[in-house]
Amino acid sequence: MTNQSPPSLYAAREPIFPRRVSGFFRRFKWWIMIVTLGIYYLTPWIRWDRGPSLPDQAVLVDLASRRFYFLWIEIWPHEFYFVAGLLIMAGLGLFLFTSALGRVWCGYTCPQTVWTDLFILVERWIEGDRNARVRLHKGTWTAHKVRLRLTKWAVWMLIAIATGGAWVFYFTDAPTLARDLVTGAAHPAAYITIAILTATTFIFGGFLREQICIYMCPWPRIQAAMMDADTITVAYREWRGEPRGKGNVRRRSKTEAITAAADLQAAGPGAARYPGTPYPDKALQVGGKIPAGADAGPGDCIDCMACVNVCPMGIDIRNGQQMECITCALCIDACDDVMAKIGKPRGLIDYMALSDEAAERAGDPAKPLWKHILRPRTILYTAIWSLIGAGLIYALFIRSDIELTVSPVRNPTYVTLSDGAVRNIYDVRLRNKLGEARTFTLSLSSDAALGIELAGQQASTLVVPADATMLQRVYVTARPGTPAANGDMTALRLWVEDIVADTRASKATTFNGRGE
Amino acid sequence: MTERKKDDVTGIETTGHSWDGIEELNTPLPRWWLWTLYLTIVWAIGYTIAYPAWPMISGATTGLMGWSTRANIAADIKAHEGRNADLVASLVSADMQTLPANADLNRYAIARGGAVFRANCSQCHGSGAAGAKGYPNLLDDDWLWGGDMAAIDYTVRHGIRNDLDDDARYSQMPAFGDILDRPQIDAVVEYVVSLSSDEFDAGVADTGAEVYADNCSVCHGDAGLGDRELGAPNIADAIWLYGGDRATLYTTVEKSRFGVMPPWGPRLSEADIRAVSAYVHSLGGGE
Ligand code: SF4
Ligand code: SF4
Repeated sequence: MTNQSPPSLYAAREPIFPRRVSGFFRRFKWWIMIVTLGIYYLTPWIRWDRGPSLPDQAVLVDLASRRFYFLWIEIWPHEFYFVAGLLIMAGLGLFLFTSALGRVWCGYTCPQTVWTDLFILVERWIEGDRNARVRLHKGTWTAHKVRLRLTKWAVWMLIAIATGGAWVFYFTDAPTLARDLVTGAAHPAAYITIAILTATTFIFGGFLREQICIYMCPWPRIQAAMMDADTITVAYREWRGEPRGKGNVRRRSKTEAITAAADLQAAGPGAARYPGTPYPDKALQVGGKIPAGADAGPGDCIDCMACVNVCPMGIDIRNGQQMECITCALCIDACDDVMAKIGKPRGLIDYMALSDEAAERAGDPAKPLWKHILRPRTILYTAIWSLIGAGLIYALFIRSDIELTVSPVRNPTYVTLSDGAVRNIYDVRLRNKLGEARTFTLSLSSDAALGIELAGQQASTLVVPADATMLQRVYVTARPGTPAANGDMTALRLWVEDIVADTRASKATTFNGRGE
Repeated sequence: MTERKKDDVTGIETTGHSWDGIEELNTPLPRWWLWTLYLTIVWAIGYTIAYPAWPMISGATTGLMGWSTRANIAADIKAHEGRNADLVASLVSADMQTLPANADLNRYAIARGGAVFRANCSQCHGSGAAGAKGYPNLLDDDWLWGGDMAAIDYTVRHGIRNDLDDDARYSQMPAFGDILDRPQIDAVVEYVVSLSSDEFDAGVADTGAEVYADNCSVCHGDAGLGDRELGAPNIADAIWLYGGDRATLYTTVEKSRFGVMPPWGPRLSEADIRAVSAYVHSLGGGE
């Protein structure tokens, strides 16, 4: 067969068995996992007192009554620009971090990465480290294998249920919902949401893992547009590591090195010694071809495959920058460990900017980190980001706890009354943003003599219930023969005032006369 | 057929496709992706069987689930009516005159009445209820037959000057073209103008005053304030149904007017009649 049959256009997923690793970045990532998961699972349970008629959940997206509560901030639907602003800031923040530090979001804080990390941890606890897992994977389905698999899936499922379950608590009072969920009294939407999120967590974290990053997520493809040669990213110092070789520690003689290099050349580019990467001969993107010279001594890389074995994406970073790499930095930890053991300086695989390559090859010092990070692009992102942030904070502080909107009724533009007076009608919406009912007065100010009346109300005051909007029809009348009645348009301003607290708000509008 | 071939530069297998010497590297798609595609196709077929989908000569396939937008809307409307049943019951049994005092019920009646008004009344009275020539403006404070809740309710129910309802409001102004001569009509028009305007010929108006007293004051009153019992308009105010200029007034006096409104009793439900009355009452002129 072989040579005549067309190549398959589809391939099964290569299973990946990341090995345990320890080191600075691994520890850092454990902390990030604890903090982010802690925030996610616990936030809905934080209480915040807002008075008797408002919910006491610190963070609550109340879809039914269309409010978003965040600590002391309450966002009404018409203030959605706050949410839009935060989303823009989140987007720009990602731009900033990506252009400065590459796929740092992917490697450290993306939920896909964090939950996959957690699932791999569970996997390792139950099934053992890489070698044990490979053996188990290849072995037949014995009772032992079934037991391990079932235990693993059960624990994954518990995590998945907790994850889907935590999500719904953001949308309604958490303690009440928890009780309802257990007694079966919760709304079907809650159960369905939990079921869907449980399924996605279980499948994405347990089985799809890196496939999500490679084939489904659009963000890595966008990120490529934000990175340049100054972006700090995970890379292999090929000029220091090559020629690699299993015997490099012992083969520290020049002649041996020459042979090793020749061997490597003879093996051809992308030799099958480095499996698991779709682009075997992207090998030397970082550097270029392996110098085939007599003076190429043995490199620092002892070809122990530690970096490959720990990689959750199943790639070999020594092949250069690859689209699969999420810059999780675990290969840095793995290699640093090896370097320590063989008495070489750390950082054969390290965070670095690709623009430093030339200097490092020549043996010159690299540019300091801050010079890579501080460049027009990152400064611009930071500037826009801060500008929007400052704008939002300003908007938050000038927010009043009374608001009104005025929509003039323009069908018809005016009404003639029997005594010849001219009346305009306005639909005024009053918002009381406090947690208690308040009494408001409505009044108007204008250069012209105009009268104000509230439709269906005897007095000029009205009570707006706590945290509610009230629609009130308002009549503004110009007496017969006055300039406002006979003229075209007259400017006026409608005022709403809290008679107790002495806060007020206003909106400008116009009065239409007969236009004679 | 194609041959398995490796690209010299990358060492990667090619698909065997070649365009102008450019060959396509084979980067295999994940197999689960392929199965997902097949699954969506199967799903789509099942979907078109379960739900209305395929266009046929008369209409589309109805689908096994028996789902239809019409049925959904009918069910929605039914559900809303079920939820509003209590409000409807209290509206139907409420005393119309005191309805505004019951804020919640009144708010419901006005909201419901607005919908009834836009569907049934706006054709003549306008979507903003501002009326038109011959069709009263319902936003002002001038009423031909009365502007309290009970009067409005009666007007809506029975209508005006129609043959369909024996209890319709009825009155008829004579066409004075047969009774008065031209100068007399001119004079009475001048007098009517003088009731609500400063710009008139006092001499002519004085003559008109006599004509008015003899012919018009029976219905429109000595001071021209009208009579709601008869639907006789107040002709001393600033509001004119057909127009207050001399030419229009002349035509009105000469030929008379006969505005008709249909009875809504037979067409609308009890709740709708009460609701639309409450709505009209709320527009700004309710008494
Ligand atoms: S961990 Fe370091 S020494 Fe080992 S194979 Fe990777 S780069 Fe070479
Ligand atoms: S090569 Fe693998 S282990 Fe290294 S940073 Fe990239 S994804 Fe992580």
